[in-house]
Amino acid sequence: MRYTLKRLLMLLAVLALVATACGSDSEDTTTTAAEATTTTAAATTTMPAETTTTAAQMEPVTIRWWHIQNNDPGLTTWKNVADEYMAMHPNVTIDITVQENEVFKSTLQTNLQAGDPPDLFQSWGGGGLAEQVDAGFVKDITDASAAWMGDLSAAAVSLFNVDGKQYGAPFNLGAVGFWYNTDLFTQAGITAPPTTWGELLTDVQTLKDAGITPIALGEGDKWPGMFWWAYLALRIGGPAAMQEAVSTGNWDAEPFVKAGEELKRLVDMDPFQPGFLAAPWDGADGEGATMASDSAAMDLMGQWAPGTFRANSADNMGIDSHIGWFPFPAVEGGAGVITDVFGGGDGFVVGINAPDETVDFLHYISSLDVANRLGADGGTLPVVKGSASSVTDPQMIQVVDYLANGTYTQLYLDQATSPELGATINDSIQELYAGISSPADVAGKIAAAAAG
Amino acid sequence: MTSARVLARTQRTHKPTKKRWPLILAFLAPALSIYLLFVVYPIVQGMHFSVYDWNGLKALDDFVGLDNFRQAFADPTFTGAIRHNVVILVLSLVVQLPFALALAVLLNQRLRGRAFMRMMFFAPYVLSEVVTAVVWRQIMRPSGFLDHIMSGVGAQGLTQEWLANPRIVLYSLFFVITWKYFGLHMIIMLAGLQGIPHELKEAAAIDGATWGQTFRRVTLPLLGPTIRVSVFLSIIGSLQLFDLVWVLTKGGPVNASNTMATYMYDWGFRKLQIGYASAISVIVFGISLIVALAYQRWVLRRDIQGALTTMGA
Repeated sequence: MRYTLKRLLMLLAVLALVATACGSDSEDTTTTAAEATTTTAAATTTMPAETTTTAAQMEPVTIRWWHIQNNDPGLTTWKNVADEYMAMHPNVTIDITVQENEVFKSTLQTNLQAGDPPDLFQSWGGGGLAEQVDAGFVKDITDASAAWMGDLSAAAVSLFNVDGKQYGAPFNLGAVGFWYNTDLFTQAGITAPPTTWGELLTDVQTLKDAGITPIALGEGDKWPGMFWWAYLALRIGGPAAMQEAVSTGNWDAEPFVKAGEELKRLVDMDPFQPGFLAAPWDGADGEGATMASDSAAMDLMGQWAPGTFRANSADNMGIDSHIGWFPFPAVEGGAGVITDVFGGGDGFVVGINAPDETVDFLHYISSLDVANRLGADGGTLPVVKGSASSVTDPQMIQVVDYLANGTYTQLYLDQATSPELGATINDSIQELYAGISSPADVAGKIAAAAAG
Repeated sequence: MTSARVLARTQRTHKPTKKRWPLILAFLAPALSIYLLFVVYPIVQGMHFSVYDWNGLKALDDFVGLDNFRQAFADPTFTGAIRHNVVILVLSLVVQLPFALALAVLLNQRLRGRAFMRMMFFAPYVLSEVVTAVVWRQIMRPSGFLDHIMSGVGAQGLTQEWLANPRIVLYSLFFVITWKYFGLHMIIMLAGLQGIPHELKEAAAIDGATWGQTFRRVTLPLLGPTIRVSVFLSIIGSLQLFDLVWVLTKGGPVNASNTMATYMYDWGFRKLQIGYASAISVIVFGISLIVALAYQRWVLRRDIQGALTTMGA
């Protein structure tokens, strides 16, 4: 009997060992959380005396910053920004994690589910942010940022505002439009970019007749094709139809079916490069690479396109020497006008457990100096007031002007809506490109998904 | 020392089995706790999530019962994904395995460069699925390597959009799977062939059996256990198919190459419907479990008899 007892004790000891080994992780987290609380308390107490106390005397804090600028110039710029801030605030350590766009989305989701959001992370605002707000993973910084949020473009700031509360700050606001190869247009005998949908279709035919692939499309990624459908719907239904669909979910209203019909007219002309249904936006056989190798004449894409063209060309020059830009043309008889913008922005939102210094760092990221650097780098259209002049690239200036004269801004449909609806929008529109769903079916599927 | 004697000694020192349980448990505990934590717990957790409408972020309070399962079987995309798994499974069994067997028989003969060919055929299996998919994506892209080769031999009329045509993509996928895995099955069957005593074939030859008769009456029956294991690996592999598909096609275009696993990943990590994706994972788990158990019960029974320790049975 005593033997058994001894063995039982042994078993318990082993189990205890295993339990501690497994449990150590959560204990660590607890400690960190406790530390964080202490730090916050310390920071709050030193706040009034901040001007006299040197930063070195403050408690050390770490800001975990996740961004997706995995290519230069953005990669280096963000690293420099973090280094500068750390030099000015010796108590702050900024721990940067850089990930590719799609990888970032799934890693972030895993971290959120584990209840461990990064302190500062990439966001596109809209429906995705609203879900994170609902779940309580992002911090309300309305008061903490009130002093400087007014320095930024109101349209961009509003993307990170949910129910009147500010959760982050934008650093980039762009628009989708046509990037085109001026050499190929000239070769086909087209003298001016189209201003109406009818003209665009005519130009597509002209290009085809000249043996040129009119349009590059990376429909394997699905969202590039959504841009076409969304812009057509915006031109046909106008801002009112868009706002109504986003808020009430009636995506099967007439303008959206008509947008599908117009898009089908285009698809039926077979204007895309071979294999476009499997092609990605970025990558060896992608939409960007097709444009970069002069293999297609035009491309409906955001302000980041020239950067991707460069990255996907052998000489890193893309088609810089013969690139042009024009806005999405007006659709005859549509309620929308050519100045209604479809686009979106990037920003950073603050995680719920972030130390108070995070908002101060976000202020630094949103300073005019940093914004000017982003503008000069190209590819980013900074949103700090007064930074527009830092954009020197002539094509980018066209986009800046277009945004400045915009009559309405519609956020990317897959960002404006919940992740589930956004994915359904992209999936359904791909079926239109593949020719297996009718325009009415596509609109119906999206409306059904919106109804839940 | 044979196991019987070990057993005998153990039994001599510790008589009643009941009293040995604590010690057995103590030694099992580390492995068991890892198994419980990383295998059993996630499965139970998945079953728990599968009856909720949950986006992974909000509180887990929207209980929907079996609605997720109903939705899954009503979704043509999911039933399509199951069908794709079955197509790959059937093709693997009727194309890939016989091909591997033929090569194994061939490479079991005395042949110049035999060792080199065995190595070459086995090489693709060594590559990771992701590397394989990245390489084949480049080969199969429009006017890529494959199309160039085909035009080179005058077959340009037969070039296709290998990965972009919804009607072809599943077969392109199967081709890549076969390319990667036939080597493994070939090696397994080669090992089986080596285990067949030469005397039996000799005896058959003396009795006047033709090569075909020897193969059908001697080689094939004795290779039975090996083939059954190969089939089992093939079935499980076909049901779990993910990495290769995800990197090669992401299940597209228009879901034409979706498998159950890519469908689950798409709902879990792109549409962020963790509850629904968990329901899918439970379905996949159920299908795999039933298939595996049935196969073990009915097909592998003779092969594993005596090889496994059974409790009380």
